[in-house]
Amino acid sequence: MHELPVTHDILEIVLKHALRTHVKKVYKVFLEIGAMSDLEQEWIQRYFDTISKGSVAEGAQIEVQKIPCRFLCNHCGEVFVVDMYSDENISCQRCGAAEADMISGTEYTVKSMEAT
Amino acid sequence: MEREVKLIQIEEDIRADNRKEAENVRTRLKETNTFMLNLMSSPGAGKTSVIIHTLQALKDKLNSAVIEADMDSKVDAESIIAAGGFAVQLHTGGFCHVDSYMVSKTLSEIDLNDIDLLILENVGNLICPAQSDTGAECNVMILSVPEGDDKPLKYPLMFRECEALIVNKTDYLRMGDFDMDSLYQRVKRLNPSIEIFEVSCKTGAGLQSWTDWLVSRVSR
Repeated sequence: MHELPVTHDILEIVLKHALRTHVKKVYKVFLEIGAMSDLEQEWIQRYFDTISKGSVAEGAQIEVQKIPCRFLCNHCGEVFVVDMYSDENISCQRCGAAEADMISGTEYTVKSMEAT
Repeated sequence: MEREVKLIQIEEDIRADNRKEAENVRTRLKETNTFMLNLMSSPGAGKTSVIIHTLQALKDKLNSAVIEADMDSKVDAESIIAAGGFAVQLHTGGFCHVDSYMVSKTLSEIDLNDIDLLILENVGNLICPAQSDTGAECNVMILSVPEGDDKPLKYPLMFRECEALIVNKTDYLRMGDFDMDSLYQRVKRLNPSIEIFEVSCKTGAGLQSWTDWLVSRVSR
């Protein structure tokens, strides 16, 4: 259920850009999804197949690139990756400081598409 | 001849439209000085009970209204009205969360001039509501003791997106193996500045600190 409204938004963006660039058929749609965004490629694809029927995006393949949760250490500037679905400490892997800002991991982006 | 396959750059945030409408909602609420609270939790954690207790505690201090979001039923709105509150029903039509467009539409059913505090009871779910900006000024979640202290590991985004966490049903603590220290550690790891209130809607314990915090947050 969760992926359905999101997939509607994805299709809307794809169709808008298809119109803008005068393409006749979309083959692939590339998404960037943050590790914390809980979206699964399989389900997006399944919904996309259904709702894109009859449009230029019918049959297009969805490619999801998962973006890890990266933090920027406020102390030494090191960028480090943390598994948020665990008890792993959020502290700098170089200097040990605990003050760090999350700089990726919640993406929800349509990056690009392949079309003719 | 076959047309050449082109790579078309898009770089568009899927939630951009929703975020824009959320900003419109915030602007609209600012005009009438209405504070909107987005209350989230799993089904059955006690959103409606917390709301009823909150309305009762604040009835002499703030004019409040509730937007009851549900996929289809209206039992929660009826409970609020039965308890003397003012509630408007928002049907999400099968969607698992409330977005800013739904809020925007529902706002036209409420005379906001009279309302200081507007509580949005989101759809019971710890996943999707965390990802959708509703236009609220403040996000708060409830976790009930029977759900377990491991939930921050499964739904980290929800715990990060909230200013406050209400741990409800503390009267169940003696019956299970819920570890409050582990919960605090896991939640603070995700969100160091989050406020945590341990309450029981059954016994009334802890509710005063929650409503005191809310009043100060509304008037900030």
